[in-house]
Amino acid sequence: MALSHLSSTRSNRLLRPLAAAASSLCRPISTSTEPLVIETSIPFTPHKCEPPSRSVETNPQELLTFFRDMATMRRMEIAADSLYKAKLIRGFCHLYDGQEAVCVGMEASINKKDCIITAYRDHCTFLGRGGTLLEIFSELMGRQGGCSKGKGGSMHFYKKESGFYGGHGIVGAQVPLGCGLAFAQKYNKDENVTFALYGDGAANQGQLFEALNISALWDLPIILVCENNHYGMGTAEWRAAKSPSYYKRGDYVPGLKVDGMDVLAVKQACKFAKEHVLKNGPIILEMDTYRYHGHSMSDPGSTYRTRDEISGVRQERDPIERVRKLVLGHDLATEKELKDIEKEIRKEVDEAIAKAKESPMPEPSELFTNVYVKGFGTESFGADRKELRATLP
Amino acid sequence: MFRILTQRVLGQSLLQQGIRPGAVASASRCFASAAKDLTVREALNSALNEEMSADPRVLLMGEEVGEYQGAYKITKGLLDKYGPDRVLDTPITEAGFTGIAVGAAYHGLRPVVEFMTFNFAMQAIDHIINSAAKTYYMSAGQISVPIVFRGPNGAAAGVGAQHSQCYASWYASCPGLKVLAPYSSEDARGLLKAAIRDPDPVVFLENELLYGEAFPVSAEVLDSNFALPIGKAKIEREGKDVTITAFSKMVGFALKAAEILDKEGISAEVINLRSIRPLDRAAINASVRKTNRLVTVEEGFPQHGVGAEICTSVVEESFGYLDAPVERIAGADVPMPYAANLERLALPQVEDIVRAAKRACYRSVPMAAAV
Repeated sequence: MALSHLSSTRSNRLLRPLAAAASSLCRPISTSTEPLVIETSIPFTPHKCEPPSRSVETNPQELLTFFRDMATMRRMEIAADSLYKAKLIRGFCHLYDGQEAVCVGMEASINKKDCIITAYRDHCTFLGRGGTLLEIFSELMGRQGGCSKGKGGSMHFYKKESGFYGGHGIVGAQVPLGCGLAFAQKYNKDENVTFALYGDGAANQGQLFEALNISALWDLPIILVCENNHYGMGTAEWRAAKSPSYYKRGDYVPGLKVDGMDVLAVKQACKFAKEHVLKNGPIILEMDTYRYHGHSMSDPGSTYRTRDEISGVRQERDPIERVRKLVLGHDLATEKELKDIEKEIRKEVDEAIAKAKESPMPEPSELFTNVYVKGFGTESFGADRKELRATLP
Repeated sequence: MFRILTQRVLGQSLLQQGIRPGAVASASRCFASAAKDLTVREALNSALNEEMSADPRVLLMGEEVGEYQGAYKITKGLLDKYGPDRVLDTPITEAGFTGIAVGAAYHGLRPVVEFMTFNFAMQAIDHIINSAAKTYYMSAGQISVPIVFRGPNGAAAGVGAQHSQCYASWYASCPGLKVLAPYSSEDARGLLKAAIRDPDPVVFLENELLYGEAFPVSAEVLDSNFALPIGKAKIEREGKDVTITAFSKMVGFALKAAEILDKEGISAEVINLRSIRPLDRAAINASVRKTNRLVTVEEGFPQHGVGAEICTSVVEESFGYLDAPVERIAGADVPMPYAANLERLALPQVEDIVRAAKRACYRSVPMAAAV
């Protein structure tokens, strides 16, 4: 990985107080916003467009934020694994660890008026959109403090006020929905865009192509983001797709293939995509990424791929380790400082879980809330309609 | 001499189970005494295996049915035995592969399509209804569609609103379809074999939570010729005071309710519908004419549900025999919530069935106030 600096960190160090320079342990973590240009791991591969430059503008503060955000997501997902095994989380639980760079890089290039929609592997995407650890753990455990008040569960997180539209359980459905969000944005003359995330499994869904065709016809500001983690549940991409070049599958719609484990590449690609769609209509981004866990907590993830493959990716391409190396290589923080951040995060996550466990289960009357906005005073019923009934507002 | 089958609750003769004429000869042998325990999963797997062995036109299609051994391990071992030409892993594209399967059925093959759950089958429902169910009629008998659509239906545990719906009443309202819902391992084996042999499209509604449950089955059930008749309900427990109809997992709940009611002096007759379409109206009405009271139980949404059809059938044919209004227990009229306590409120529980049966027998206190 080639490194180049626009401004030397050495000159920064000369400006710091002598006392701090005396001992590197006393040097504060760099919160500098001095620009830093770093090259992506590999160049972008374009389809019917000119790719953006490999040189990504960033700064120390941003890199450290990337580190912190991804490490938080990583710890959160691992904690969710334990909670699921302790039976505090029920039903389905699809974990995102390994894929953190995609949602973190995306957030760095957009704002909260842009919309994101994804499928069921949504915990980290929700966190990136401004969700809190407490809301997440509470929802996973089905408590009142959850972002969906305990009624949605792992697959159904939403945060409309910051442009996060879920959280969807049916493979592929989120893509036409995302195109619909983009339609509304264009209709309202917003100058904002929508990112619709889907997996390599969903990439073959017919509804995707239907929605893409319409979006291209109507010039909608939609970015389709294929998070290609190479497995649709237990089926490898080559067994499910005649053409696993997902960035090319839009045919007449341009595309870009991105190293989804490189947060800077993701940021650059999303910035490029946002500018593109506001002028030219849809684009497809294929993020080459990887999930360490199986499809869900019911899937060991080792019957259809080797442990060597999984550990190989962890060693060679882990998104957090890449940023750690960048930070250390550019002298933006020491190893100990980064480890301290991770310790802090662990504490934050543990505290959020403890607080979430205190959140009560929903009141029984919540069974009947939010069926309709306007219920006309009709009645709804429990399993025994003569025992449990409610009037809808 | 026909072997008397030991059921979980009550003994039943083979004749009452409606054994096919072809199987009668083999049933006349004396079998070894002990019943064997078979899980529903094993029952389904063995049924698929035997039918694939007997007829080379039978093939399996669905997500993870092959190399993964089945999302719920129902198709375990079948890829190894029958090869990739007959056990086909599909991409996650229900509309596409269901259409392909129906087309294959038009041309003489006998596909068994697995939906990972019937919630996902909604992506394919046009092909189930318009391409499969109606074609024999539209073609005036030229094109038959010998296809089976199978998979888990209804609620599981904590899987939320998009993964918990029961589709029995939707499919059962459609002429041209047959709709089956097994409860026990015997049901699973007998009905799936019948479905695969049937020349018409069959929707086969399993239940994820029943897959691991074991039921004792006789040697007759384990015989490869075994099949149950489509369109015939089973009296799981005989009674004389109130009829309780149920299907799939709710049969187990109804049986538990019957035990509780028995202790309170109410003798409940539990009917395992087995077949939602055709519905065994004769059996249901005969039972109600005997007991004069009816409680229908289902997991699905109440409006336009299976219970609504059963109630109307009884009102149409046996009105004079009813001594009490028909009671209906169903899933709550809300999307399925995730939180455990709300999910419990959203699904029928044994105490709901007991309470409704007592009301039908005029043995309960007046209704509770509204929430």
